[in-house]
Amino acid sequence: MAIASNTDTPTNRGWYKRNEIAITPWLFLAPAILFFAVYVIIPIFQSINISFYDWDGLGEARWVGLDNYVELMDDGAFEVSLWNNLKWLLFYLLAIPAGLFIALFLNQTVAGIRIYKSLFFFPFVLSQVVVGLVFSWFYLPNEGLLSGILGWVGLGPVNVLGDPTLATYGIIAAGLWPQTAYCMILYLTGLNAVDPEQVEAARLDGAKGWKMLWYVIIPQLKPATFIAFVVTIIGALRSFDLISIMTNGGPFGQTRVLSFYMFEKALSEYGFRMGYGAAIAVVLFLIMLFFIAYFLWSMWKEDTDR
Amino acid sequence: MFPKPIQSASPGAQIAYKTLLPISLILWLLPLIAVAVFSIKPDTDFTQGNYWGAPGSFEFVNNYGQVFFNSDMPRYMLNSVLITVPTMFGAVALSAMAGFALGIYKFKSNLLIFFMFVAGNFVPFQILMVPVRDLTLDMGLYNTKTGLVLFHIAFQTGFCTLFMRNFIRQLPFPLIEAARVEGVAEWRIFWYVVLPLMKPALAALAVLIFTFIWNDYFWAVVLTQGPESQPVTAGITSFNAQFRAAYHLMSAGSIVAALPPVLMFFLMQKHFIAGLTLGAVK
Repeated sequence: MAIASNTDTPTNRGWYKRNEIAITPWLFLAPAILFFAVYVIIPIFQSINISFYDWDGLGEARWVGLDNYVELMDDGAFEVSLWNNLKWLLFYLLAIPAGLFIALFLNQTVAGIRIYKSLFFFPFVLSQVVVGLVFSWFYLPNEGLLSGILGWVGLGPVNVLGDPTLATYGIIAAGLWPQTAYCMILYLTGLNAVDPEQVEAARLDGAKGWKMLWYVIIPQLKPATFIAFVVTIIGALRSFDLISIMTNGGPFGQTRVLSFYMFEKALSEYGFRMGYGAAIAVVLFLIMLFFIAYFLWSMWKEDTDR
Repeated sequence: MFPKPIQSASPGAQIAYKTLLPISLILWLLPLIAVAVFSIKPDTDFTQGNYWGAPGSFEFVNNYGQVFFNSDMPRYMLNSVLITVPTMFGAVALSAMAGFALGIYKFKSNLLIFFMFVAGNFVPFQILMVPVRDLTLDMGLYNTKTGLVLFHIAFQTGFCTLFMRNFIRQLPFPLIEAARVEGVAEWRIFWYVVLPLMKPALAALAVLIFTFIWNDYFWAVVLTQGPESQPVTAGITSFNAQFRAAYHLMSAGSIVAALPPVLMFFLMQKHFIAGLTLGAVK
């Protein structure tokens, strides 16, 4: 190897040289750990701490114990946000079967199929801000393309984003667009690696269609499904951009989710209630923690199996 | 291969498949196509209610000219570049080192530190919002690009370290042992042996980070305000206010804002997809 010429034989084996293997990883880790601790790990605990205070972000913080959490219990807007988060979690997962469906549709070798795959993936590359704008025009009550299409088949125009019950579903549908594209690309990669011999063997045994998909293909797609699940759950709980762009929480606050409500309480014209906002964030964090624990447990099992 | 190759199906099915492909693609991209058409329409089309018909005239140069020469858009774009590119280098550098440490060395807290990065990467942003904003204010970096870059580097390091560590684990370990036997210093092993082998991972991460950071909206709103330092995602909302209901200009603006990551994706597609689908196959 070329590098062999670069080596200098250590004449004086100092303390560093003797402990090189033990120290080096820490030197390499130091900058990353420092950044991550300052900006991610410590702030988590600071937020938990702030959630026990009444604080406007500028003046003196006043210890209020669990008051913020007690107040949350009676807060109608918090309840709406929590329910909407559940809706997001549930319906956002539709991206997984939808992505699988499109991947199966595109998993062929005809001319130009690569371009089709890239163009189907395209929405994922767009910023959520742009997706939000595009869909809010799509949903425009009279001029929107959706109302146009509905009028064409004889249905009246709908004001999706102006309707308190429909608005959240409208936003989730917009979010599903890029998310489905992501799941599709995961499954396309997964399908590429499906063992052809197993498929042939199953074919000889008479398996086809749904049975083949369910018993032979989907089990082999398990790693792709796991990642799709992880990114979709995180995406659902992080939903903020689309809501902020498309409805700004309205109509009548009916499209708020925890992440949006927290922002509204802590950093918007509705007041600077840092402590209350932090309490909302802690609740969101606890929901996430449940999933994080599951993800880490799965990864740990995987890692120790090897 | 599953599903069955279409070539083995009946000719009718093959024709059906080949006609279905473009139709489904057009339906899938319909909202986007609509915006592209909007962006070349004249203003009068919208005032006369001609939203979905053919453009009254072709105003490509006019509309995009407005965006580039008559708005803050170029400034926002420049801000985005100045935020995205340093973040890309910072996060890739930090995580290459951290990934090397976690992937190559065996020490007691290795898995614990690794899981700290992974877990932190899944955390909802909102729990970081108040303290990070305070920290940025205290450092005098509120409403600066540097403040945004520092946070992005730190947060992206979580995901990048996960990626790098898993990638390095797949490298042939005997190579490193051989170098050690030769007496090569550890940092030289990193620089001359491991880093060259990591080129695909570095490229994949660089394009992914570019896209993620370019598209960030939440932190842009939390840590910056105004055209001096806000990136284009936040800028487009003030653009929205400036050209209220001017759909043709809004569309042109959105397309311009979306273009850099789109170009990045189409130019570096292989790396991009390799990065996104890491772990999707065993």
